Amino acid sequence: MSKTTAINWEVGPIFRALLRNKVGAVLIAIQIAVTMTIIVNSVFIIVERDQQMQRVSGIDEDNTFYLSSLGFGQNFNSKVAIQEDLNMLRNLPGVVDAMQINAIPLSGSGWSMGLQTKPGAEYDGVGTAVYMVDQNVLNTLDVELIAGEKFTATDIRWRDKSQGDWPDKIIITKALAVSLFPDEIWQSIVGKTVYINDVEPMTIGGIIDQLQAPWIGWDKVENVMLSPEQMDQDSTRYIIRTEPGRRDELMPQIEELLANSNKNRIIKGMRSLQETRERSYRSHTAIIKILSTIMVILTIVTALGIVGMATFSVNQRKKQIGTRRALGASQGAIVRYFMVENLIISTVGVVLGAMFTLGLNIVLVNVFNLDKIDWYYIPIGMIVLWLVGLIAVFAPAKRAANIPPALATRTV
Amino acid sequence: MFSYYLKLAFKSIKRNPILSLLMVTAIALGIGASMTTITVNYLMSADPIPHKSQQLFYVQVDSWDPHNAFSDDSDDNNPPPNQLTWTDATNLMAAKKAPKQTAMAKSGGIIEPKGLDSKPFEASIRLNFADFFSMFDVPFLYGSGWDQQADNKRDLVVVLSKNINDKVFGGENSVGKDFVMAGKNFRVVGVMDNWQPVPKFYDILNGAFDEPEEVYMPFYLKEELELPNWGNTNCWKSPEGEGFKAFLRSECINFQMWVELPDLQAKADYLAFLDNYVAEQKSLGRFPRPLNNRLSDVMTWLDEQKVVEQDARLMLWLSFMFLLVCLLNTIGLLLAKFTGKAAEIGLRRAVGATKAELFKQHIIEAGCIGLLGGIAGLGLAVLGLQGIKSLYGDYVNNLSSLDGTMVVVALLLALVSSVLAGIYPTWRACNIAPASQLKSQ
Repeated sequence: MSKTTAINWEVGPIFRALLRNKVGAVLIAIQIAVTMTIIVNSVFIIVERDQQMQRVSGIDEDNTFYLSSLGFGQNFNSKVAIQEDLNMLRNLPGVVDAMQINAIPLSGSGWSMGLQTKPGAEYDGVGTAVYMVDQNVLNTLDVELIAGEKFTATDIRWRDKSQGDWPDKIIITKALAVSLFPDEIWQSIVGKTVYINDVEPMTIGGIIDQLQAPWIGWDKVENVMLSPEQMDQDSTRYIIRTEPGRRDELMPQIEELLANSNKNRIIKGMRSLQETRERSYRSHTAIIKILSTIMVILTIVTALGIVGMATFSVNQRKKQIGTRRALGASQGAIVRYFMVENLIISTVGVVLGAMFTLGLNIVLVNVFNLDKIDWYYIPIGMIVLWLVGLIAVFAPAKRAANIPPALATRTV
Repeated sequence: MFSYYLKLAFKSIKRNPILSLLMVTAIALGIGASMTTITVNYLMSADPIPHKSQQLFYVQVDSWDPHNAFSDDSDDNNPPPNQLTWTDATNLMAAKKAPKQTAMAKSGGIIEPKGLDSKPFEASIRLNFADFFSMFDVPFLYGSGWDQQADNKRDLVVVLSKNINDKVFGGENSVGKDFVMAGKNFRVVGVMDNWQPVPKFYDILNGAFDEPEEVYMPFYLKEELELPNWGNTNCWKSPEGEGFKAFLRSECINFQMWVELPDLQAKADYLAFLDNYVAEQKSLGRFPRPLNNRLSDVMTWLDEQKVVEQDARLMLWLSFMFLLVCLLNTIGLLLAKFTGKAAEIGLRRAVGATKAELFKQHIIEAGCIGLLGGIAGLGLAVLGLQGIKSLYGDYVNNLSSLDGTMVVVALLLALVSSVLAGIYPTWRACNIAPASQLKSQ
């Protein structure tokens, strides 16, 4: 054990040997390249979707649910029914707060308007979602007022079925404040006037920290305006926030209480915010699961392909391996041979893969409006595919190393 | 010879079970993934009314804001609004310039079934004109649609979907019976048979793959009964005045319209009529934007409104790349396998088999592997579609079934791709010099 020789990696001879069987090697390299292209782009899509799903809606999603009440017949008095319902709901043990609302965050359907800082049809507006709420809004939705004043009972008006005008005072989200007045500090915006329907003035009475619009795919999903009004309609929606952990127990109870308290209406569409989130992000969840499955299967297929080709090439070269062993090559040298061979193929594969990955991303950016891929995905993808190749080739290489030198002396 | 080669192929497949299994699995996975996405895309982009899709036209007129063009998902940078105002829908209907036409809207109301034990429930309503039923080939189980007089006289008549008829009348022939909805007493004139156009082309703006509505009634009842707006409502200008009527007469859009025009001449005439109409309205102070009217046939309209989901197209691309990987894999493995048979091939060449015969034999073997993979792939596609159903829920109920065409496509795709994959390895195998192989025997 005295002499320490540097290991000869034999890259040159291995490479020249490879050139004699180009096609198999090229096939594996392309396979690695395409696999890398799919995997890296998939991971990128998954991460993007996941980041969208991580955005918070701003409300107490775990403990909130909503339902619709539909009055019918001549005997149904909507104003009275709404007052009675809200009184009952707010006094129920386990209910933190409740109110009437026109639309539900995350649900996908709602009402949007444009606000502008100067009056007149010639000015462009900033789009915002509108939630019609009462004085209990902060507590019901669990949002925080960070400037200005909250609504009081006297601010709340009744809105008729087809009423077109708007209240004098509104509360908006910080995001909306910033997009309306990009040049000013948001705290100073309280008290300013904005215009709705081109010319109708409204005063910004307060600013809340965060609340999402109903449309998760909207690029201005943080733009929300709270309008202090109750809707005088036969068909109405209540949003109810419960004490932590009591939602599931209260949902059926409240549904029954409401249904029984007034025979001239039906209760429908009861759903928790949690379920609404799941439904709205269902296609995101689905894409993430599908892509993950594809990635796993693809990696296995490619790895098995490498195993198959390596096994085949070991079988082909049994005699040469036996000869090399007989001439003094160690088992390690044989393993090394196959590993280095694979390394050369994989390297070509991942370099091609890096180019394909960028190419596919450019196509996806153009055709599907996806974002540009972050650069670091590519080296990580290259390393992973490299490792997959090395792991896949290890078992066949081990088998090759076990070929007895005596084989060289035999004929098949 | 063919059956003999088939026998040889299966022998050869059995001789290397692991290698063969790898190849069949690879093809099956590739075919399974592509067929799943092809099916979803195929159903999403299907022509829902093939024999008529070029005669049905969606009507658009640009009644929008003078300062800003309407904006929707389409790539068009100056699209007319995707729906009509009440004013335009009723004016165009009154003009009756097409052989068949229907304006329509979505609404809903509460049904109060007879009998003490049945509870009231809410159902969706389609407000439409008499021509709706014949234009869109609506199948009837009992009775029929109403006539044009009923449209104009605002008769309280309804056509029920099969489901609602089952629910309210226990599935019996309810034509002529009373039906209470939205507080009014209607008379049933027809009951539809199962009807599920995919995509739901006549109203893609409110869920292109939703179920059709449950109750159908004359359009003008919208005004008469003050029925609510369901579906998308867009306004660029707030209504002048208060109340339901003011809202109806406003510039808000919630109505859609289709016309049936037999030929290009009729289409040109109708477009000219629309231009005239808009010019007339301009003189009344409406339509502040430049003339921008459209008539789109069914497939154009579906395409413009991007009915095929972006995610579905993305998946289609990725699954084809997946199939490519699986095929590369198969080429490599076939190459390995046929090279392993060099000795046998050499022997056969030596005893007189021509290259062409050998080529046939090995292509048949590749084809067999492909077909086996295709059959297994069909199974995987069924699983894949089940998976899609469980991931996406009700939304894809109508988009996840394999039909005969798709089965044929799957098997052809498997066969063609495996034969393609087999060409190079086979060619290599046939070019083995017999002498070099015989030496070592």
